[in-house]
Amino acid sequence: MAGQIFAYIKHNEGVAEDSALELVAAAKKFAAGAAVTAIVTGSNVDALCNDMAASYQEVWKIDNDALSYPNAEVLRKVLLNILPNDAVILIPHDTFGMDLAPGLSIKIDSPFVSDIVDYEVEGDTLKAIRQEYSGQAHTHVECDISNGLVANIRPGVFQPDESKGVSGQVIDKSADTGDLTTGRHFLEIVEAEAGDVDITKSDVLVSIGRGIEDEENIEIAQELADAMGAVVSCSRPIVDAKWLEKSRQVGTSGQTVKPKVYLAMGISGSFQHLGGIKGNPFIVAVNKNPKAPIFQVAEVGVQADILEFMPELTEKIKGL
Amino acid sequence: MEILVCVKRVPDTAENEIEVRKDGTDIVRDDLVYSVNEWDNYAVEEAIQIVEKVGGSVTVVTVGDEDSEEVLRREMAMGADNGVLLSDPAFVGSDGKAIAGILKAEIEKGNYNLIFTGAQADDGAGQVGGMLAAMMDVPYASLVNHIEVLDDKKLKVGREIEGGNQEMHEIDLPCVLSIQTGINEPRYVGIRGIRKVASVEIPVHGASDIGIAADAVGAGGAKVKLVDYFMPELGEGAEMLEGSTEEIVDKLIELLKAKGGLK
Ligand SMILES: Cc1cc2nc3c(=O)[nH]c(=O)nc-3n(C[C@H](O)[C@H](O)[C@H](O)COP(=O)(O)OP(=O)(O)OC[C@H]3O[C@@H](n4cnc5c(N)ncnc54)[C@H](O)[C@@H]3O)c2cc1C
Ligand SMILES: Nc1ncnc2c1ncn2[C@@H]1O[C@H](COP(=O)(O)O)[C@@H](O)[C@H]1O
Repeated sequence: MAGQIFAYIKHNEGVAEDSALELVAAAKKFAAGAAVTAIVTGSNVDALCNDMAASYQEVWKIDNDALSYPNAEVLRKVLLNILPNDAVILIPHDTFGMDLAPGLSIKIDSPFVSDIVDYEVEGDTLKAIRQEYSGQAHTHVECDISNGLVANIRPGVFQPDESKGVSGQVIDKSADTGDLTTGRHFLEIVEAEAGDVDITKSDVLVSIGRGIEDEENIEIAQELADAMGAVVSCSRPIVDAKWLEKSRQVGTSGQTVKPKVYLAMGISGSFQHLGGIKGNPFIVAVNKNPKAPIFQVAEVGVQADILEFMPELTEKIKGL
Repeated sequence: MEILVCVKRVPDTAENEIEVRKDGTDIVRDDLVYSVNEWDNYAVEEAIQIVEKVGGSVTVVTVGDEDSEEVLRREMAMGADNGVLLSDPAFVGSDGKAIAGILKAEIEKGNYNLIFTGAQADDGAGQVGGMLAAMMDVPYASLVNHIEVLDDKKLKVGREIEGGNQEMHEIDLPCVLSIQTGINEPRYVGIRGIRKVASVEIPVHGASDIGIAADAVGAGGAKVKLVDYFMPELGEGAEMLEGSTEEIVDKLIELLKAKGGLK
């Protein structure tokens, strides 16, 4: 039997992120009815702990002013001090989980499975599904979890379990954190700059990805957007190449948009990109690769070269 | 600053359509175009820029087969001073933890202040950097998109977090940083640059050279085992528009009108 199951609760100053209840659903993949312990760290987290006690059988509270900002280097030490060695710990695979988990698995000497999109547990074996190559290939991986597990769960793949109704117990572990000094000191958050256009305000987005191939070709997308009365947004590589401003980037590390219509032009459909598209828009994907993952989420697809297709579409729209 | 950058040779996702072999044991590798993992290229550029400012050297290292030498040469053509290839039949099939262990063994033979990895590999799990730091017992920061050398003991680093916001930290040296794309603009490497380093000697270190027990690494030592590759059952999937380009454009325009996509 695997050890006690834990879920790390991500929150913003006491407000739980969606992942908090997604992990309730994810944890149910272990033995039905298995007790799950939520771990809540931060400063003044009593209200959040009480909230979580409606969804988790047990809540471990670690309240300390020094933990008011979740610095993964510090929290790794805290977790090492409080977790049993054979703990199964579920962590959201976001920028915090990526920072925390690989090192935690080494320190606690448990296998690490990153960015899990689905899994089953059979006896002492975890069978997980992961993706490689930005979702172009899927893999099954297996590991023995009898001596513990660190598992990063992809945000958004499990439906948040809103059923509540649990009367969990809050246990104060604040005194057990041990020494909190590390070689990495949090200074401040620098907020993203606003850009020339606000893509979050547009109902229609013509979004370009690496398939645009060249900076000069952005003009082709701009002409289509102008004809449609839309705004040009993009995937990350376009911003990395400095072809468009960061404020035009859709995705987890960019903007969250809620348009009515989203044209994905030469975008493969990685989860970090899709993570920025909310509100169930009508997605049209144009891609020359018929197996591109974007076609799994789009309503309508066209297999074509965007550099040829976009001008044709623009011409026809202009002629309407 | 003595900087070591870990780099990996991967199939270039921008150049290939990845397909899974029928027996599920691997992706189809014939005719694949390989290149250096995108994140690692940014890491090498960052290391070169730091050394240009404060002095020191850049070493690139990879765990791989003999073909992996080409990515070392490419990064040396960019400006890395040294390359080391860690290669041994015993390393084949290693999981992330074993790769980190092999890298650590090589690092301990040198005298590095700063170690870079990419934030993730296209065929990886975003784990090697964090594991390596934990094994070395040095501080770590992932998804780094800004680095400032404060003095010979400290850096100021920015981590890219959700929404494009940035988390600033001070971090003690030596440390391991995983580098996020967009931190810089990697310089272009031309054929001439590659030719210049074509005959530079690249040392190859095997398990016994760096003191690694062969059974601790490779497929046999992997705690997390890759069972198979598969293509997911396509759910509903997109309705693919077929016909001549003109017919497709007409259909699409009708759909866009209906959905409020045309003003
Ligand atoms: C922590 C983290 C955060 C990230 N945050 C974001 C984010 O916020 N937003 C984001 O977008 N990404 C983000 N990424 C990157 C993400 O993982 C992918 O690398 C990225 O989304 C890929 O962009 P793409 O689809 O444009 O490029 P690719 O994956 O290279 O896809 C290009 C596509 O274009 C097609 N194509 C090529 N040429 C043509 C043509 N002429 N005509 C038609 N089709 C063509 C190809 O078939 C391919 O499908 C993040 C990554 C990490 C690690
Ligand atoms: N075989 C390898 N050789 C050298 N470095 C590697 C290797 N595999 C992974 N890395 C480094 O670790 C980073 C993250 O890879 P991964 O954890 O596999 O996603 C890569 O960007 C590289 O910097």
